[in-house]
Amino acid sequence: MIKKSFEEINEKIKKGKAVIVTADEIIDLVAEKGIKKAAQEVDVVTTATFGPMCSSGAFLNFGHSDPPIKMSKVWLNDVPAYAGIAAVDAYIGATELSETKGMEYGGAHVIEDLIKGKNVKLHAKSYGTDCYPLKEITTFINKKNINQAFLFNPRNAYQNYAAATNSSDKTLYTYMGTLLPDYGNVTYSTSGQLSPLLNDPEYRTIGIGTRIFIGGAQGYVAWEGTQHNPEQNRGTNKVPIGAAGTLTLIGDLKQMNTNFIRAAVYEKYGISIFIGIGIPIPILDEDILEKTAIKDSQIFTNVYDYSVQSRKRPAIRSVSYEELRSGTIKLNNKKVSTAPLSSLKVAREIAQILKKQIAKGDFVLTQPVAHLPLKNKMNTLDIRGGKDE
Amino acid sequence: MNKIKICLYFPPNKVTVPLSYHLIKNFDLQLNILHADIDLAKTGKLIMDVLGEKKNIEKGLKFIEQQGIKYKIFNKTIIWQEDKCIHCGACTAVCPSGALKLGTIDCMLTFDKEECLVCELCIKSCPLNVMSVAF
Ligand code: SF4
Ligand code: SF4
Repeated sequence: MIKKSFEEINEKIKKGKAVIVTADEIIDLVAEKGIKKAAQEVDVVTTATFGPMCSSGAFLNFGHSDPPIKMSKVWLNDVPAYAGIAAVDAYIGATELSETKGMEYGGAHVIEDLIKGKNVKLHAKSYGTDCYPLKEITTFINKKNINQAFLFNPRNAYQNYAAATNSSDKTLYTYMGTLLPDYGNVTYSTSGQLSPLLNDPEYRTIGIGTRIFIGGAQGYVAWEGTQHNPEQNRGTNKVPIGAAGTLTLIGDLKQMNTNFIRAAVYEKYGISIFIGIGIPIPILDEDILEKTAIKDSQIFTNVYDYSVQSRKRPAIRSVSYEELRSGTIKLNNKKVSTAPLSSLKVAREIAQILKKQIAKGDFVLTQPVAHLPLKNKMNTLDIRGGKDE
Repeated sequence: MNKIKICLYFPPNKVTVPLSYHLIKNFDLQLNILHADIDLAKTGKLIMDVLGEKKNIEKGLKFIEQQGIKYKIFNKTIIWQEDKCIHCGACTAVCPSGALKLGTIDCMLTFDKEECLVCELCIKSCPLNVMSVAF
């Protein structure tokens, strides 16, 4: 049995001797050399994804004005930000819409503009206090003249996700893209065999404190993500067959690059943001390596009918990502074309960049300070009306 | 040689008119059918590129009209700002003609103008707003 520690792997990285491959490349390597040999040779496997992740946003600290203000309402380029935290802190959520431009511009665009170094209009209101007398301010901020600016994304890097179709006679506009009537298409969103949590299905190495690539910068896994659902049904390979684990991620907005983080608008649905994430998996033993060798043909999801407007949508069929990637799948004996929503091209770029950064010693691995939970029951929200009984 | 893209609308009783035969034979036009939606009992729609001398194209269009068939010339084209594209593939979900395709190996989007029907469906379905229409 091969055993390596984080320290040993980092030592090799520092000496420039570590062997690093992407989660795509490991597949052929294992096919050629077998698990044992591959586990001996390979030290790190890089994983990546670049998809729309609505549950994202940024904390900003604007610095104090003179006279000072305790901001209670904040707008950035007319997009409301949450200001119920101290005096000059705010959280701009990616999906928040502009009050003047509606769905054309939102929190994700503010984040993108800040990353690009653009000026963003800050408008804030306050009730005024003895220590913070100013009641209103209008000014311009950019990433150079504010204090901290970091992304804090409560739910990113979904371990797996449903595929979507539409049985109704109307086009549906959803966060899964445009779904054409009468099973006109199927959309899905994953980087599959390259995806971080699909390569570490039981969270053995990705945990709280794991250093990651996020939006072009280095960041960290801060917590389990919201709706983290490790108890999702899993296949014999332990890989979930639907939405399962998630990550809360943190990263310095000022270091980010818009090649790896982009605002997005889904027609008649709203705003989202593409987040580029890369996570290295240290090959501590053969089991970890075996899991990283997973292929699209071994990862399954269910196709759901999004015209059923309920939490309990029926699954139409189970399908592998290899089939989805082929461009068409069969639904009720009809050939239906499939389309992805997340960019495999950029995900592959990220996996390569991370590989180079590790090889150069610019990115060293961190051992998680705590593991992500493997047990967690998901709650649902009952509609109980206004009386608390 | 000139080239135009047209859409023909056949009324139910005209669906069987051997139009392309006459256009090719009598006016020396080359036709490239991009999209056909023809049902004998209903109205039909045919989108095609027409290549030929300018004069012949004009004559051909007149002939089409004389047959009682309406047509529309596409004077718009779709523009893909490739440098802003992230190759997510969302537009391929709606493209009816296959003009927008994701490569099976490199997973990059390609746009084949020749195949485009100028239906404009991709414009709004692109989350990055990189498809637009030009006149
Ligand atoms: S939807 Fe837009 S960004 Fe995505 S591949 Fe198509 S053109 Fe490119
Ligand atoms: S306009 Fe867009 S969606 Fe329509 S055929 Fe052309 S490329 Fe495809």
